[in-house]
Amino acid sequence: MSLLEIQHLSVSYGNIQAVRSIDMALQEGERVCLIGANGAGKTTLLKAIAGMLPITHGSIHFGGHAITRLASYQIVHLGLALVPEGRGIFSRLSVQENLAMGAYIRRDKAAVQHETNEIYQRFPRLGERRNQPAGQLSGGEQQMLAIGRALLSRPRLLLLDEPSMGLAPMMVKTIFETIHDIAKRGVSVLLVEQNARLALATCERGLVMESGALTLQGASATLAQDAAIQKSYFGE
Amino acid sequence: MASVPETMNQKTRHAWLVFVALGVGLALLPFLIDAGLGRSWVRILDLALLYVMLALGLNIVVGYAGLLDLGYIAFYAVGAYCYALLASPMFGLHLPFWALLPLGAAVAGLFGLMLGTPTLRLRGDYLAIVTLGFGEIIRIFLNNLNAPINITNGPQGVNQIDPVTIAGMSLGKTQVIFGVTFSSPHLYYYLFLILTLSVIFVSMRLQDSRIGRAWAAIREDEVAAEAMGINVRNIKLLAFAMGASFGGLAGGLFAGFQGFISPESFNLMESIMILCMIVLGGMGNIPGVVLGAVLLTVLPEALRYIGDLQRAWIGHVVVDPSDLRMLLFGFALILMMLFRPAGLLPSRQRKRELGAQGAIAEQEQVSVYDAKR
Repeated sequence: MSLLEIQHLSVSYGNIQAVRSIDMALQEGERVCLIGANGAGKTTLLKAIAGMLPITHGSIHFGGHAITRLASYQIVHLGLALVPEGRGIFSRLSVQENLAMGAYIRRDKAAVQHETNEIYQRFPRLGERRNQPAGQLSGGEQQMLAIGRALLSRPRLLLLDEPSMGLAPMMVKTIFETIHDIAKRGVSVLLVEQNARLALATCERGLVMESGALTLQGASATLAQDAAIQKSYFGE
Repeated sequence: MASVPETMNQKTRHAWLVFVALGVGLALLPFLIDAGLGRSWVRILDLALLYVMLALGLNIVVGYAGLLDLGYIAFYAVGAYCYALLASPMFGLHLPFWALLPLGAAVAGLFGLMLGTPTLRLRGDYLAIVTLGFGEIIRIFLNNLNAPINITNGPQGVNQIDPVTIAGMSLGKTQVIFGVTFSSPHLYYYLFLILTLSVIFVSMRLQDSRIGRAWAAIREDEVAAEAMGINVRNIKLLAFAMGASFGGLAGGLFAGFQGFISPESFNLMESIMILCMIVLGGMGNIPGVVLGAVLLTVLPEALRYIGDLQRAWIGHVVVDPSDLRMLLFGFALILMMLFRPAGLLPSRQRKRELGAQGAIAEQEQVSVYDAKR
């Protein structure tokens, strides 16, 4: 059984159907990226999986649980974390307090402390600024904080929405290295990304979304060779 | 090596000294005030303690959870009427104090849920308007529930409410304990002090708890809080219920203390006043809220003396002190917004939000740092 299984999923905003009857599956430990143009419905799909949008049709199963009708806070408890577009950090709380919020659902304080220190080691800038309000961090640091915070809930699956948005190339590189490392530790990743080339290079499998529907899917290497994709998403 | 535990010891000893001094000071305070300023000021002190409890209750809703409540006085009213109707000749009921106090808090808590449930989806201005309406609804109900069946006695209010009686000792009368004479305001002072300290203690524990952290998260960003696994609905309702029960507790004490209550005591101005206390003192910060509540109870009373001063200096009252009070009060609030926008004793987060003038410079430094890398 797949870790994440989506069947005939549709999501609408009023009369507008943003996601049309999508079927997809993601295996434990897999890295999958979702690419597509603006307005293709990628963010909507992620939000629907995380329980932040009402689902019109279809079903979602995660780790054997039906999560179609669950509230987003319940889904977090099952081990699914979303790093939203625009990061959603608590800008007036300190870096440390933000990370502590990530571990809200956990009671094992010692392990949380240990993992928090690991995050500080991975992102030294966060460690240096642990007592500063998160709103004063740069965009890249905020993204790292958002990822670190999501990891502290110990997810089995991490959903990342446009982690590279608005970041300097150096930062983008660091973020994608981090995504690699996360996956190595057995956390599955579903990545939404505009930068298709980088996304396909990071993930094993790719899904292409167009006006709310999945039009193509396959191994990243195959997709990267696809002429249509190169034309539409690589700008070649 | 030995110096480390020694300094620790000194520190704890120091803390203990402060603690003992504070305790003795608080215990002697009503006698000092009685001797210095007169009996009426002991009553004002009692009222100040009631307002501290109220302000700390509203602080949970507004300061911790960030839910702007403009009808908070309704819970004070519910607690007060709960006590008054069950301990007065109104229905011939005379329930004991120890039963009335938790009952008032619990009933007010239920009313908190009643207000919280329909307003879960509202934020900011919209929530403020609905809560304001709720406060008025409660007051108008109390005003009109004298017909067809007389429940609240309408605008006449409830009279002859039983004074608080503890272990057979009425706090409404002067008592002699171990040869020391305690007048009624003195006795109430000690009761209110103990309860105020408990409310402060509970507030502190709540702030540092998991629940407190969840409140901080929903105050900052509800969507992100839910994404952390917080049940936003329940946590918000809990804030409303907890805040309301503090208000109900203070209301019950108020009824027993005054002996008379009417809907007039629970108007919108009171709600605004309590909100001013926490804004002035420092939203979300317990010492700030306590300071704000004491200042805003004591200042208007102190300003009454301006009438006496005018009589002494000019011979007659030129400006009505009650007008002047509101004027000076408004002036004080404006000054505060200019010079201490985050409150007199701001909380860490408010300081970050409003006080940090270096925030922008800081942000620029960060960008420069990133660019260099």
